[in-house]
Parts: sequence; C-alpha cells; structure tokens
Amino acid sequence: MAVAASRDATEAAMRDNIEALFLASTTHPFLDRQNSVIVSEALNLPQTVRAMDAGGSQRAGTTAMLCAVDAVRSGCSSALVIGSEHRRTRVGSRMEMLSGDAAAAIVMGSEQVLANFVDAYYVSCDLVDHYRMDGFDFDYEWEERWIRDEGYMKLVPLAVSKLLEKAGLSISEIDHFILPSLQQQLSTAVAKQLKLGSDKVVDGLIERCGHSGVAHPLLLLAHTLERAAPGERILVIGFGQGCDALLFRATDAIAGAPKKRGVSGWLERRAPDSNYARFQTFNALVERDYGKRAEGDKLTPMSALFRNRKMVNSFLGGRCSKCGTVQFPKSVYCVNPECGAAATQADHPIADETGTVRTWTADHLTFDMNPPAYFGMVEFGAGGRAMVDFTDVVPETLDVGTPVTLQFRIKQFDKQRGFRRYFWKASPA
Amino acid sequence: MASGIKDKIVILGMGCSRFGERWDDEPAQLMSEAFEECIDDAGISKNDIEAAWFASAIDSVNVGPSALPLSMALRLPNIPVTRVENMCASGTEALRGAAYAVASGAVDIALALGCEKLKDTGYGGLPQRSRGVTNDLHYPNLSAPGSFAQLAAGYRAAHRIDKHDLKRAMAHVSVKSHANGAKNPKAHLRREITEEQAIGAPMIAEPIGLYDCCGVSDGASCAIVTRPEIARSLGKQNLVAIKALQVCVSNGTEVGHNSWDGSHLVTTQIAARRAYDEAGIKSPRQEISMTEVHDCFSITELVTMEDLGIAPQGRGVTDVLDGSFDAAGKVPCQIDGGLKCFGHPIGASGLRMVYELYLQLQHRAGPRQLADPVLGLSHNLGGFPFQNVAAIAIVGQL
Repeated sequence: MAVAASRDATEAAMRDNIEALFLASTTHPFLDRQNSVIVSEALNLPQTVRAMDAGGSQRAGTTAMLCAVDAVRSGCSSALVIGSEHRRTRVGSRMEMLSGDAAAAIVMGSEQVLANFVDAYYVSCDLVDHYRMDGFDFDYEWEERWIRDEGYMKLVPLAVSKLLEKAGLSISEIDHFILPSLQQQLSTAVAKQLKLGSDKVVDGLIERCGHSGVAHPLLLLAHTLERAAPGERILVIGFGQGCDALLFRATDAIAGAPKKRGVSGWLERRAPDSNYARFQTFNALVERDYGKRAEGDKLTPMSALFRNRKMVNSFLGGRCSKCGTVQFPKSVYCVNPECGAAATQADHPIADETGTVRTWTADHLTFDMNPPAYFGMVEFGAGGRAMVDFTDVVPETLDVGTPVTLQFRIKQFDKQRGFRRYFWKASPA
Repeated sequence: MASGIKDKIVILGMGCSRFGERWDDEPAQLMSEAFEECIDDAGISKNDIEAAWFASAIDSVNVGPSALPLSMALRLPNIPVTRVENMCASGTEALRGAAYAVASGAVDIALALGCEKLKDTGYGGLPQRSRGVTNDLHYPNLSAPGSFAQLAAGYRAAHRIDKHDLKRAMAHVSVKSHANGAKNPKAHLRREITEEQAIGAPMIAEPIGLYDCCGVSDGASCAIVTRPEIARSLGKQNLVAIKALQVCVSNGTEVGHNSWDGSHLVTTQIAARRAYDEAGIKSPRQEISMTEVHDCFSITELVTMEDLGIAPQGRGVTDVLDGSFDAAGKVPCQIDGGLKCFGHPIGASGLRMVYELYLQLQHRAGPRQLADPVLGLSHNLGGFPFQNVAAIAIVGQL
C-alpha cells in the first residue's frame, strides 16, 4: 500500500530527488528489517536516501511530516512521508466495523509546492486511549466518552489555539479542519468547541474507506488537497499520546496540479466483497486449511534475494546497449535471437509501464491464498515481457489484450520462519 | 567388439570459472565465465555447438531442474541439451555424454558444462535434503564427512595402521594440496597450511578433521569436444585426446553383503581396471603422469591411490608420507589444489579436474606446470564409500 500510494504521488523523475523517506505505521510487518528501505527500493530511490521507520502511536504520520519539514529545511531536495496501516481487529468488534486498510503519501519539498507548510504545534502526554503491546494481535480501548472528554476535547483545542496564536491567525481563517477519529461526531464536536463552522470539518470517510490508523490524517489531507482552492488553509490533527496540529496553505499552483488517481480515484475503483470468510483469511483470523500444496518450503535464501534485489524489489530489467531490446530479468546474453551480445545490458526500469496480457489462465490447482491463481505472460509497452502472477482480477474480465499495470505485492508468506517476500504482480489497469 | 573411446575424441577448448564464495554471481554468470574462456580457447562460435550436456547435482538450492538452466543462461541455439546427475560424478558424466555423441557420429562438436551454486544454502556444508522417499525411512542420519569416516575406520582396521600414522598421512595429503592450490588463481583457498594445523583442526567426524574436508563453493567448468580431424582443420595444436572414460556404479553388494571389508572402493578399482584396458595402460604408476582424484576428504584421496593401483595395497600411508604424490613426487596428485582448495561445486568438479590435466598437457599451467606430462587421470566419485558412482577419465597427448 505504501508503494502504491507513493507511486501515485510521484512520477519517476521526481523520485530521483527524494532524499528522505519516512514510513509511518503501527503495523510494520518487520520489527527488525527496515520497512522504509523495502519501500525505497520498490520506488527505485537513490541508495543515499535517508530512510526511517516511524511508529508507536496513531500520530506517527503527522510527526513524520514534521520530520520531513525539518529535512527539507535542512537541505533535502524533497522528503516523502508515507502513512500505511493494516490493523487486525477482533471478529465482531466495533473496530472491525470502523477500520480500513490504507496508505497515503505526501511529498514535502521547497519548489513548486501545492501547499505551504505554515506552522505546527504539538504536545505529548501519556493518555492511553488504546494500546497494543508487542506480541499481542489486537488493540485494547478504553471508554469512548472518556477518550472524547479527557482526550480529544482537551488536547486538540489546546494545540489548535496555540498554533493559531503562533501563526497570528483566527479560527475563522481555517478552511479545512482534518481530525480523524473512530467516533463519528467527534470532529464536529471539537470544531464546535473551537467555534469553527461545521462546514469546515473534513469528512472522516469512515463509511467509504474506514479509519486507516496512522495513514488516516495523511489520507484525509491528500483528499482535501484534491479540491482545495488557492489560498485556503488546511489544519491537520494527528492524535495519539498527545496531539500534532499542522497548518498548510494552498498555493496558486494547486489549481494546475497534475491529476492523480488520489483518494477519490481509489474510492471510485471499489470492488465490493461480501465474502467474510475471505476477509477473515486475509487477516489471519481463522486457522485456514490451505491444502497440501501449501506445505512446500517457502525459504527465501537471503544471499539470492540480496543479489537479485534490483529485479525483485524494483522490477528492473535490462536493456541491451547493442540492439535496444528490453528483457526481464536482466541477463548475461541478450535475449534477441538476432543479437545475443554478452554483457551489454544496462538496468532498465519497467515497473511504471503499462503492459498487455499475451496469455493467461485461472489456475485452480496450484496453491493460492485467494484461488484461483491468475497468472500469465505480460508484454510491456516499451519492450520486454515476463511471466507474472496477476492480482485484483475481477472474474470474467481478463483476456488476451487486457492492459495491466504492475503492483508491488506480497508474493509468499514463510510461516515456518516468520518471513514474507514481495514481488510485482500485474493487475488490470 | 567395441573398441572404446581411446583417441576418438579430442578437447577443442576448456574453461573454468573462479571457484569460491561467489556471493554476487548468479549461476548464469558462473556458466558464462567458464563458457567464454572455453569458446575462446576452441576458436569457434556458439552456433557451431550441436549438442550440450549439463552437470548439476543438487537442484533444490541451485539452478533448478532440467537442462533449461544451461540453455537459457548461455542462450544456446535450440540444440539438444541434456542434464545429467550422478551425484559428485556428474561432471565426468557430462564429458562422457558429449564425447559419446561426437564419437557416435551423431554430432561433430559438443559442449559439456558443469555448474553448481551452493552458497545460497544459508549455512556451511551441503544442504540437508531428501535421499529418496524409502531411503529416508531407514538410512542413518548421515553427513558426507561421517560417511567417508567409515572408510577411514575400515581401511585402518584392514591394514592394521596406527591411528596417528593415518592422521599424519591424511594431514600430508591436505598440506600437499594447499601448497599446490596456493599457486592457482582460480582456487578458492590459496594459502599454505602446516601438518600441525591439519592434525590439530577441530574434529568433524572421527578421524576426519576440518582440514581433511574440502569446502563448499560455487563454480562452473566446461569443455568442448570434437573429433581429431575437425580439431586439426580448425588449427588446434597439441591435441589432448580422451584415452578412456569409465563409470562404475555400486549394485548394493558393499552395503548388503559381508564380503566387503569397508577398506576400499570397489567401484574405483573396477573403473580403473577398465580405464587402463581402454587406454592401453599396463603399469599405471609408471605411465600416469598426474592425477586429479576426488579428495572430498583426505582419506578418500589416500585410499584412491591404492584403488587406482598407483600405490601398493596397504602401502598408501607410507607412499603419501614419502611424498610420492607431492608436486615433485613420482605421480603428482591434485597439482591444481584439488577439491581441497577449489571447494566442491558438485557438477563442476569433474570438469575442473580435466581442465587442469588439459592445461598441463598443453603446457599452459604456468607456475604449476609439470615437466613433461604424457597421461593424466581424473577420478570423480559420487555417493559414499559403501554405495557410490566412480567415474574415471584418462586424457593424454593424441
């Protein structure tokens, strides 16, 4: 999700200038293996990027944004902040009903900005509205009313008023108020407390998207930026053991900003699924029988992964400098039967290309977490082809000629050793 | 009446990659490294190769099954490519396939390439793997050093050899190989060791210590073979011909019948006899100039000297300690450093052995060059002393 959000936020050329990457989450898959580095390689960022995993609280995303501001102010050309969250929730719980999985990416820079960072105010305090300890799967929450009265209703107005004081502004000058929470009426109640019109309160998207944890403030900010007019002020709150209040102001450039898929596009692309058993399976909420074909050893030899990381993480292929043929994977000898030159291939990025399905099937025999396993041969616009797994296939809609794009996904879980490996899958465009 | 392979096949070219912990290289890179040297030596183009044999033994942590890995890595021109596997004797099997294809007249020029990428295993030694469904039900929980340690026990008992003398002879074997390997830029291990270091090294499987074992490494080696007249027409000089190719496989007698005393390798003895007949050799100790034998463990090399009829039966220890198989000895063994210094990328080893013999016979072995080699013998052994595959190749001036 972090990779997908980042690719939506950045064109390939922009990625060469990203000098810092902050990946914020409370559900990083690895506690010790830098998750932000996996993302940076998937984006083919320069090796010199300052990468950092942020976490520990629901405001990790907004705090990471503050770090990104500092990074840019101290000389980074641009800094990418990603909030990404996949929380597991108890069956039948309130959290199950309100949560969603999402990622949002914001690029902070100093040139041609869509919105200026104006100022921020933040407070820290150990108010434990909910928590999740290492080794435990699910959050534990305290009473909603207490969370609202002692938490949000006290901390947020404090931070906002201090911020407005610092910035020399009045509340009436705020055009968009972003306060994500699991309580539907909460942001309106806080706005009322602040004497801010309820029409300024940004929709929390609980019903259409679900609350996406650390990602949510960034997601709502991204959604707001899609429609903010030049000059409008956007106030973003991150809440968790304290409170971050960040103030942005849209520039004139926002009017002509290139259209991205964005939050709206992703919400439009929805594919409803009423298969609760599938939801439970994907969230490891049931002890599923995957059949004997799932028993095979899924060892990833780290030496082989490292040696091939450009191919695996970045989907880099090769382009023959002699005949121009693109090939995947990169190889010693050019695959073009008319060429066959040795050691002539330069790294060639393919991940951003649109491909076409050359052949495909839905395989009901091989093991898959979500059978049938769609896979086939994809040809890429600028050259090259590969046999790959397909994903996000709506049955009956895939055929030879269907345009596809590449997505960075989990390829396999190694339950025996506690590992997961990633690779790219083709999904209908 | 079959007449054998003697002088029907010559080596047109050979290549060998650097052996070692090639962390940053895919099998394809190892194969092309060996192949580019080989095709350059042969002076032909890839499209002249009409058939190929690919030796790779452990596909679970390696290149994957079938001959596709070789054909795809080198982009061979849709020729027949066959994958062969006979455990550690696979390399010689690849050569055998290529040689027989040319000798039969089916093709003019054939390639034999062995490659093994073992260093993705993730731990030292060979990967733990199944031995076969039924075998797994009753085989002991063995390792390779443990299996060859059985040979040490049997040999010592049969010839009533003092424990310390055997240990010293085993150490001498490794010291000698390291002295040779130190001169070989393609070897993995290139420093000399002392007898004290070898004897004092940690025990792996009684009496085999760390310095009695070859290591695990990555590598590839290959040969292109043809008939003598084709080689001559291409301008090849100092032709090296195959004099004999013999494979002998256990039939279960050693491990099942009380007639075998555990002191020698039945298959090596039989393969050697047949190889000498095929090559027309009457006294191996006098006529063989050099040997490259399967020194997976130093005890194996020691016993192999007897099994090849080069050392007298029961006299292997004395012969070794006398320096008969050192570089300056009567019949130098492992002049390139052997498995001991190269490590053992399984499919590649048999061809790496022939590579050195070929270089020696062509007088291209640099600082390792022996004065006047005439005949070289390679011995490639897969399996365990109590059940195995022995493959012998004899090469010499045409």
